[in-house]
Amino acid sequence: MTYTIEGRTGPWEVVIGLEVHAQVTSQAKLFSGAATEFGAAPNSQVSFVDAGFPGMLPVINEECVAQAVRTGLGLKAEIHLWSRFDRKNYFYADLPQGYQISQFAHPIVGTGTVEITLADGSTKQIGITRLHLEQDAGKSLHDQHPSKSFIDLNRSGVALMEIVSEPDMRSPEEAGAYLTKLRQILRYLGTCDGNMDEGSMRADVNVSVRKPGEGFRTRCEVKNVNSIRFVMQAVEAEARRQVELWEEGGTVEQETRLFDTGRGVTRSMRSKEDAHDYRYFPDPDLPPLVLAADWVESLKAALPELPDARRARYVAMGLSPYDAHVLTLERETAAFFEAVARGRDAKTVANWVTGDFFAALNRTGLGVEESPVSAAALGELLDLIADRTINGKIAKDVLAIMFETGERPGAIVDARGLRQVVDTGAIEAAIEQVMAANAGKVAEYRSGKDKLFGFFVGQVMKAMQGKGNPALVNEVLKQKLG
Amino acid sequence: MHPTDFTLRGAIDALNEGIITSVELTQAHLDAIAALNPRLNAYITVTGEQALEQARASDARRKEGIAGPLEGVPLAIKDLFCTAGTLTTAGSRILGNFTPPYESTVSANLLRDGAVFLGKANLDEFAMGSSNTTSAFGPVENPWSRANDPDTRLVPGGSSGGSAAAVAARLALGATATDTGGSIRQPAAFCGIAGIKPTYGRCSRFGIVAFASSLDQAGPVARTVEDCAILLKSMAGFDPKDSTSADIPVPDFAAACARGVKGLRIGVPKEYRLEGTPPEIEALWEQGLAWLREQGAETVEISLPHTKYALPTYYIVAPAEASSNLARYDGVRFGLRVTEPNSDLRDLYERTRAQGFGAEVRRRILIGTYVLSAGYYDAYYLKAQKIRALIKRDFDDAFGKVDAIVTPATPSAAFGMDEKQDDPVKMYLNDVFTVTANLAGLPGLAVPAGLDAQGLPLGLQVIGRSFDEETVFAVGTAIEQAAGFTALPRLRAGA
Repeated sequence: MTYTIEGRTGPWEVVIGLEVHAQVTSQAKLFSGAATEFGAAPNSQVSFVDAGFPGMLPVINEECVAQAVRTGLGLKAEIHLWSRFDRKNYFYADLPQGYQISQFAHPIVGTGTVEITLADGSTKQIGITRLHLEQDAGKSLHDQHPSKSFIDLNRSGVALMEIVSEPDMRSPEEAGAYLTKLRQILRYLGTCDGNMDEGSMRADVNVSVRKPGEGFRTRCEVKNVNSIRFVMQAVEAEARRQVELWEEGGTVEQETRLFDTGRGVTRSMRSKEDAHDYRYFPDPDLPPLVLAADWVESLKAALPELPDARRARYVAMGLSPYDAHVLTLERETAAFFEAVARGRDAKTVANWVTGDFFAALNRTGLGVEESPVSAAALGELLDLIADRTINGKIAKDVLAIMFETGERPGAIVDARGLRQVVDTGAIEAAIEQVMAANAGKVAEYRSGKDKLFGFFVGQVMKAMQGKGNPALVNEVLKQKLG
Repeated sequence: MHPTDFTLRGAIDALNEGIITSVELTQAHLDAIAALNPRLNAYITVTGEQALEQARASDARRKEGIAGPLEGVPLAIKDLFCTAGTLTTAGSRILGNFTPPYESTVSANLLRDGAVFLGKANLDEFAMGSSNTTSAFGPVENPWSRANDPDTRLVPGGSSGGSAAAVAARLALGATATDTGGSIRQPAAFCGIAGIKPTYGRCSRFGIVAFASSLDQAGPVARTVEDCAILLKSMAGFDPKDSTSADIPVPDFAAACARGVKGLRIGVPKEYRLEGTPPEIEALWEQGLAWLREQGAETVEISLPHTKYALPTYYIVAPAEASSNLARYDGVRFGLRVTEPNSDLRDLYERTRAQGFGAEVRRRILIGTYVLSAGYYDAYYLKAQKIRALIKRDFDDAFGKVDAIVTPATPSAAFGMDEKQDDPVKMYLNDVFTVTANLAGLPGLAVPAGLDAQGLPLGLQVIGRSFDEETVFAVGTAIEQAAGFTALPRLRAGA
């Protein structure tokens, strides 16, 4: 189903392309040895290179290059063995050199593709135009002093990957799904932590609208949107603005806009006429970046399993596509699932992880890597079900206690006497007691009201404080009821 | 013999033999500076106390039997090299108060080898100039003057005018310099001394205030070719802090000086026979070639067909890079800041840069900004890069046939301080013989070879293959020995 915006003149399609700036996970900056840790005291992670001091020269950080290549491989993209850094010249107080070192003409990564999954289960391929490496600028703080601006250069020189998509998305949902998937891939690869609230990932959103069947109309760029939700809102707000403008007989001018998250509207930042002339030219301080093909191959060989491959593997293990999707969203979740599933029935483990475990985890507000119940502990619980020490219903209670106390399931079962009863004598006794108390219902059942069977199971389990082995209870009950 | 009259080689020998101490040698140079620098203005900053301290430490090391290759040798450092704890101005008002907390790799290498720093040598602002008249700290005077007109003050050339004048006037045994289009070779020639711009990548650019990154290269000036060879050996070497520095071994350049030229093929580019070159320069060139032939070399006419485009190419590439390299001087983090009470950021930029940069620097920033602008980039910058590649290829072809190329170093002898100041293009023509080596990244040496009719020094230039400074030194030494250049400038220590 195509997403459209209904205007007075009919439906409008939305065309979206994203430029995502992803901070490279690395110990040091792109061209200096300064640290990159988030949240450090202002100007505490700045080398003379980052501060643009006289005579300072950039030296490429090989790990950042490797991260860009890994990312390119993860995006199924072409890796350019020859790329080059250019200078993008403009003046700003938090840009110490007066230029940003970027890759304008010759990026390190070329065209690739990302497969997104939509809510209806359908998939779509989103083209990647390019990925290039560049350095971040510092930060201007305008709210620290009534008349002065402060500058924090901690970010200055930090390595960014700019990942540019084709204008292949057609709805806010697709834009959201693309960003989610991209973030997932980066986190799987370990090339970007994807923390949007710390600014590790930001998106520039290009939006245009058109009548179905038309070519592209003029686009606007909404700069620096810092959450997936805001990206989806910004797409919608900007698309609606453009539809209104066209329908009023106006013209959309190419410009850079900002998304006002409070009011849910975009507003103009600068028009095309105000656009900088960046005077790009090859940075003479840096020779072209030449990669050895076998080095790229070695990175490729060492790549972790990516979400798509892992999902396919889970489906092959017998999981439903939905469970496979949910379990692979985060690398940590998948790792947790696999730790539990090792040597156990994958389908059962998936049910427990996506069901009771996730539900309990959500209540704690913690991430899977901080879960009070370890993969080993959950595995032990499932083993207790498998060896019929406890039944599934009791297991749910045990899991809740595990979340509360952090105790191991075996200890909980022993301390609280939760072992299920497999003694047929005890089960028979309980059944006879229930049948005696419900003689009328027994008669009804025997006269053909089969549905009452569940009622008897419930009553027997209740009489046994839930500890009866469900299979045995069923079996004996069937005999007794005849 | 006055201690300032030593060559650098001679001083090292004298120090080794215990004939003189570094303190005595350093003090003699400081005295000479005190006497002559007020007139010559070759130094912007004299670090007398520090120099004597270094000299004492050096003498102590020597006593302990530890002596580096330049142990105790007093040098001048062009004020484009950052020196930790010492004012580093680049000849500009905008860095008039800048004291770097770090040392350039080249100067650090010299300190490692035992050198003593007398101070920071004057230069054209940001190394942009051919006369050392654009310095914010006043012009440098050439210690030489015309025989028949001794009162006309002459320029020492530029941009390393302070370095060259200091060495010529015996205010230092040698000096560091940098060369982007001729800034070592032209002042060396104007001041009657030797100077080499090594192959691009031979010396680290780390800690040198950048002018045009793809052309800038550090090198020494000294009174003999061998002294240059000794200094370059210490200055050069791979530096992981400069991505354009070459990871190849540094040979013993001084040993190469004595190789001789027997059997070498010396190229004589016909395109360097320019109309309007003074006949005495043409004659000196011929003389130099004759000397080389007498010592067993063969001279061969060669063609470098794209030579005529070199100067315009240089004056696109160099300002383009400079316009970007100089963007960091914005008044925000260091150096000069000029504001008014209500200045916003743009106003701060405009005032700081308008007052901080001199006219020539502003001109080159404007030219550079223009040639990189949208709509002009292809016609200027891109085309210049293409021509640069052709110029490089000219040399590659030539070096398939010859081992070195010999040309005049400059199209004239030193000129008066008030000459050529009204016409930047006339000034730019000073670099006509030298810019090609920068564009091609090749080593080029200027060696004093004779005097003009006015008694002013004239130099010849030797250009070599990439990373073949050794042949350049051998050819330079051969010319030097045949020329027997013994003339002295009028203004000099001990005169």
